[in-house]
Amino acid sequence: MTFNIDKLKQFANTVRLDMLDMIYKSQTSHFGSALSTVEILTVLYNEILQVFPQNPKSENRDRFFLSKGHACTSLYAVLAEKGFFDKTLLQTYGDDGSLLMSHISSFVPGVEFSTGSLGHALPVALGTAMAGKKKKSDWRVFVLMSDGELDEGSNWEAFLAAPNFKLDNLFVVIDCNKIQAMGETKDIMQLEPLTDKLLAFGWNVERVDGHDFESIHNAFQSLFNKNNARPGIIIADTVKGKGISFMENTLLWHYKSPNQEQYLAAQAELNQI
Amino acid sequence: MKIEPLKLLGSKPTRHGFGEGLVALGEENENVVVLGADITGSVLTSFFQNRFPERFFSIGIAEQNATTIAVGLALSGKIPFFSSYSAFAAFRNADQMRISVCYNEANVKIGGGHSGITVGPDGATHQSLEEISFLRSLPNMTLIVPCDYHEAKKATIAAGRMTGPVYIRFGRSAVPMFTTEETPFEIGKAQIFREGSDIAIIACGLMVWQALLAAEELEKRKGISARVINLATIKPIDVETVTLAARQCGVIVTAEEHQIFGGMGSAVAEVVVKNCPVPMEFIGIPDRFGESGEPDELLEKLGLTWREIYNGCLTALKRKKSEFSSFRRPTDLTFENKEV
Repeated sequence: MTFNIDKLKQFANTVRLDMLDMIYKSQTSHFGSALSTVEILTVLYNEILQVFPQNPKSENRDRFFLSKGHACTSLYAVLAEKGFFDKTLLQTYGDDGSLLMSHISSFVPGVEFSTGSLGHALPVALGTAMAGKKKKSDWRVFVLMSDGELDEGSNWEAFLAAPNFKLDNLFVVIDCNKIQAMGETKDIMQLEPLTDKLLAFGWNVERVDGHDFESIHNAFQSLFNKNNARPGIIIADTVKGKGISFMENTLLWHYKSPNQEQYLAAQAELNQI
Repeated sequence: MKIEPLKLLGSKPTRHGFGEGLVALGEENENVVVLGADITGSVLTSFFQNRFPERFFSIGIAEQNATTIAVGLALSGKIPFFSSYSAFAAFRNADQMRISVCYNEANVKIGGGHSGITVGPDGATHQSLEEISFLRSLPNMTLIVPCDYHEAKKATIAAGRMTGPVYIRFGRSAVPMFTTEETPFEIGKAQIFREGSDIAIIACGLMVWQALLAAEELEKRKGISARVINLATIKPIDVETVTLAARQCGVIVTAEEHQIFGGMGSAVAEVVVKNCPVPMEFIGIPDRFGESGEPDELLEKLGLTWREIYNGCLTALKRKKSEFSSFRRPTDLTFENKEV
């Protein structure tokens, strides 16, 4: 292990506290969807991605696309913690005219692309990876998407195309939190067996606990070491609402934002860590 | 400004202009890349594919994917052109164009081929008659409908040279060719193809030639002086040329191979009503789908010939003199003065 798990835990916890403040103050939604991404983003931004907070558009940067644009609070908090912009900007989240809109926006330093309609970022990342190949660049392309989003046909067009173009510079994480807007993913549209489907499409596939830093990190390393001209994907089994016990695995917190009592309870729980 | 009379020089499909324009662009800029959705031999991206195989990507029959992949290529400095039939390249990927292309201001160019009813025997499903109304409502989009082969080629080259999303609408069938390599073309600038002061006919695509024929007949039969304007760029619209037409001619007829609702005529009406309201008549598809047939038969049957423009002009001119007769729906293509 090259990395310090305690440091990552601390980072993730700070991110969750930032998110809680943003969501409570703005009374916006999608808290649960954002909470399930925290460990994945923590590993990406601390251990995997080559990014340059002082020079976000550096040509050498790895490109990261957040496909589940509604889960933007976690990425905003991560970017602030990494120094892409001043942390005080987080307090403007959801305000009239704020850069930080409630679906991810590329006006924010460090955000590659605006999303909000599901099923767009994967093919955009695919095109970016194709350009990277054409230029013989060293930078890589990463996507974080949701499991509910896999209902969109455009993603399957992209799953078909990426191995066709031998895009071994493209890495995808599916935040498999198993709950979408109106219910459990398995009831709205059955996705399993997901690993088999993606293997059959020609991807390198890893399936891990999406809240375990070491597992996520190892999965990336395993994909990086394949050298078989295939794109890589990590199916990260996660918990919707992870980190705040009364929000975990509940549909309610897809749209709901906390009242004062819930806010204080969540804050107390996170502060104990 | 002296305008040289335009003459019929032959006929050629506008898709040839698009295909040849792409090759010319590919020669001048190595960042130009092309994405195909199978039907490359129809929309003539095959010219580019054959000339620059290493810069051509076959995406399969997947318009949503092709559009968003183009966005990714554009983000990394490429100048991607994606082309398919307008029936699919403007609708199947509508969400992708709205958010990934236009909201993100991606430098993506889309060529919509086989547009309008002149795609012919393929029938209603393939005759896209609605895309102008959708595309011109998208912020950051530039929309061009070239009038003939030469203009299609110039428009394609100009689209590749500008930064930002562009949609070029072109057709399958051979249509009159009447501009030359020397005819001026500039994105955002309408061209006056015939001077006139009694009425202005504003047209795009293949209806520009029909407008010139109608103007000729109006002069010959009635002594009416009709100005003909080629509104190749529908967005951003040339507000000045349109407003001056309203002010100086006092009445306008628009003509397009597209639905009347929301089309080029509607775009003109927005400018006219805002700046200088004058009576207008709209020649276009009257709120119906197309059908199978030969291109020329369909143009006759659906009322897209110089005759409808001519009759529309006479009807509109009556209203210029405030001779109100009856309430007419925007899609009403019955004319009191049906002379020809």
